[in-house]
Amino acid sequence: MISTMIWNALPGPAVLRVLLLLLMLAAVVFVLFEYVFPWASEYFAIQETTVEEP
Amino acid sequence: MTTDTRVRDHADVPAPARPPQRRLSVVGILGELFIAAGVLIALFVVWQLFYTDVQGERVQREAVEETEWVQPAIVAADIVETIPDELKMRDTDPPEMRYPDFAEKLAALMVPRWGEDYTKMIYEGVTRADVLDPLGIGHYPDTALPGQTGNFAISAHRTTYGKPFVDIDQLAVGDALIVQTGDAWFVYTVESWDIVTPQDVQVIAPMPGEPGVEADDRYITLTTCHPKFSAAERWVVHGRLDYWAPTGNGVPEELLVAAP
Repeated sequence: MISTMIWNALPGPAVLRVLLLLLMLAAVVFVLFEYVFPWASEYFAIQETTVEEP
Repeated sequence: MTTDTRVRDHADVPAPARPPQRRLSVVGILGELFIAAGVLIALFVVWQLFYTDVQGERVQREAVEETEWVQPAIVAADIVETIPDELKMRDTDPPEMRYPDFAEKLAALMVPRWGEDYTKMIYEGVTRADVLDPLGIGHYPDTALPGQTGNFAISAHRTTYGKPFVDIDQLAVGDALIVQTGDAWFVYTVESWDIVTPQDVQVIAPMPGEPGVEADDRYITLTTCHPKFSAAERWVVHGRLDYWAPTGNGVPEELLVAAP
């Protein structure tokens, strides 16, 4: 299982592992919010505001 | 463990079963991937509906604060000078303005109907990646500049990304749309609104609605999405220039009059 593999790969006692996991999650969310989602939303065209030639 | 166990013949005695949670399970991993995908989509929704507004509103507010030629929109009516009638130009051309570079700040938009503190900057270009998402209001390239004969056409998000045009459906005929550049004030009046398809480019033609016809006046056009959170149609508002005036002689009285 992926979750077990990640947990076992982390060093230290359980408290440290939880802290490391939270740090990793924050980093992943940051990259998603700042780079991945702005880029991806261009291709969804959920909302467009301009008129343009077809 | 005793020495006996280690020398035991493996053919005779089956090895003890490994604990089930240590086994690689295809279904288990697939399940984890699905959970991850669900979390990813939920995060995208949070980002789109919540975070882009947080970011957009901050960026747009800071852009107004750092532009020194923007007149503060919140001003006490009794201490502020309004533009005298003799400075309201109706038939002359406004001062020549250099055509802005792509994504360059070119003017401020103030709409009393949207609140007395509504001030947002307008930038050149209408691409989402460079202007509409990160900066706010965009000016359609090669349409008229503020106050010029033709159609000053601008576009912005109605939802998310700071939603500059969120209250476009509140605009009524006769409402003031005030544009300010470093040199002049331009006071437009709303004349009509419409809901069109995304391909209806005639709404930003120099003569709104009549492509190929030379403009006979100074127009403004706002476009945004419709319905909210959709790319299906466009909400369009047209206006016409009432007057322009050089800056430095007070603010337009329309800014101080609360919209009825």
